[in-house]
Amino acid sequence: MFAKVKSGLKNFRLIRKINRRVKVNRTVGGNVAMSIPLGLVAAFMALPMVYAISNAFKPLNEIFFFPPRFFVRNPTLDNFRDLFIIMSNSWVPFSRYIFNTVFITTAGTTGHVLVASLAAYALAKHNFPGRRFISRIIVLALMFSTAVTAIPNYLIMSRLGWIDTYLSVIVPSFATPVGVFLMRNFFEHAVPDIMLESARMDGAKEFAVFWKIAMPIVKPAWLTLILFTVQGLWSATGGTFIYSEQLKTLPVAFSQIIQGGIARSGVGAAIALLMISVPVIVFIITQSNVIETLATSGIKE
Amino acid sequence: MKSEIVQTDKRIALIPKLAKEREHLKYVIKQVKINKVSYLFVAPFMTLFTLFYIVPVIMSIFYSFTYYNILEPPKFIGWLNYIKLFLDDDIFLIAIKNTFLFALITGPISYIACFMFAWMVNEYPPNIRAIITLLLSAPSLSGNMYMIWQVIFSGDNYGYLNGFLLRTGIIRESIQWLQDPKYMMAVIIIATLWINLGISFLAFIAGLQGIDRNIYEAAAIDGVKNRWQELWYITLPAMRPILMFGAVMQITSTFNVGDICVALAGFPSVDYAAHTVVTHLMDYGSIRFEMGYASAIATVLFAIMVGSNKLIQNLLRKVGE
Repeated sequence: MFAKVKSGLKNFRLIRKINRRVKVNRTVGGNVAMSIPLGLVAAFMALPMVYAISNAFKPLNEIFFFPPRFFVRNPTLDNFRDLFIIMSNSWVPFSRYIFNTVFITTAGTTGHVLVASLAAYALAKHNFPGRRFISRIIVLALMFSTAVTAIPNYLIMSRLGWIDTYLSVIVPSFATPVGVFLMRNFFEHAVPDIMLESARMDGAKEFAVFWKIAMPIVKPAWLTLILFTVQGLWSATGGTFIYSEQLKTLPVAFSQIIQGGIARSGVGAAIALLMISVPVIVFIITQSNVIETLATSGIKE
Repeated sequence: MKSEIVQTDKRIALIPKLAKEREHLKYVIKQVKINKVSYLFVAPFMTLFTLFYIVPVIMSIFYSFTYYNILEPPKFIGWLNYIKLFLDDDIFLIAIKNTFLFALITGPISYIACFMFAWMVNEYPPNIRAIITLLLSAPSLSGNMYMIWQVIFSGDNYGYLNGFLLRTGIIRESIQWLQDPKYMMAVIIIATLWINLGISFLAFIAGLQGIDRNIYEAAAIDGVKNRWQELWYITLPAMRPILMFGAVMQITSTFNVGDICVALAGFPSVDYAAHTVVTHLMDYGSIRFEMGYASAIATVLFAIMVGSNKLIQNLLRKVGE
């Protein structure tokens, strides 16, 4: 009798806790014990970012200081000024390089997210002959070293007549297996079948079910996928496919500048900062949206 | 006469089997027709994927049975490349040993770290979480920033680590971190662990967002007492597909280690102490242009990865039981 009352009381407390929307099963001690190692690791991981920022503002003599100093002493904008002077003197207008990379990145990312999500949705939520086979092939394809597929890839590109065009960089990026694999696992993990079924009952076309119901649920997944794809394409060089100077990408143009020799080290540091700033900005935008989706779904409940 | 009877018998025996097969085929065709839309969904991806990923892989596997130096057409030589690889290439065996050592250490540590960090980060309020996530994935975001490790582990007195150890009197003379075979692999492992908190970490964070909060509350009422039980009985099983994804990413990145070895230890490294399967492949593929042999190396690496993937998927099935 007494035990029953006691357990009832415990349940009551729990329910009250939940109603106050306090997280269950958490202790203050545990929170503190977790924060310390996490903080240490985070500080350690921040090193490259700090290094990149600090280096970009170092005057040339400080970059070659011996023993090397981690932090900048007399910050200057000289590196950026020099970079812009070099950029304005380039043979192909520099805006062209910027356009190339921005174009490749946006087109590739949009295409990839669409193509990969469509396929991943069908692979996760439809039951059609060949589905298991395709899923298996995708995982296998992830494991083959790209170093040796370069030559067959070149042969295919030249057969298609796509050498030295944007297409050779953009179109293959649509079909990277990682994206489909990621999206398929998220559709499987987060989208309940009942929801899709009831939408179909209401007469929604399959594409509408995919676009209006499944995709919003896996928003954290495709935001993450956007981040990965942008990160990859932003540093794409076009490799062996692109030869014309006016089609070359920003990383190629920048590496040409850095190859100017040791005197360009300061400019190199400025370039390093500019190059990582775009993925970082995309990171901040996408990740803040990942968190926002969580907040709204909390209200819905 | 007799054989004729046997033959007809066989034919008669075949009839139900054939009928069954025909039935099955009919069933499949019907299923294909019903699921027309699914094929439309998959078609754009499959076309491009086949063209740019599957066909090249199949071609490479074919090249691995040939002598192919890019200039002349490939000559079929059977298993010769593979035989040479395992029986006549001592450096390949060193590369295999190094790769396995590296994969066995970094693979599990970095996989567990990715998950644990994602899980810890998820405990914080949104703003703090965003900042910590950014900091933790900074090394992988900034591309080839592992150059910073060259400065830290530089072999002269001015390298950050040597300078520190000398000043505090722990060592008397500077250590050649990147040239001494004793330390090379350790340095590369540390640098990799640091840079690896990328794709799987972010996927895990996104995965944790997808778990329904109500499950935790229900579990608390059902008697889950602390965060560790919650992790094992609820979070991990709910995350299983994402865990599988992370495992595959981890396998491909750890077995494909190569660029970072070249960047830190040079190419070729002293005594081949930092030689991996991928650097071996680069050696034959892009320096000696023995594409057939390089393809054989790639195929062996592929087989290793497929095998370890099988193993890990089986392990992951046991999670949360």
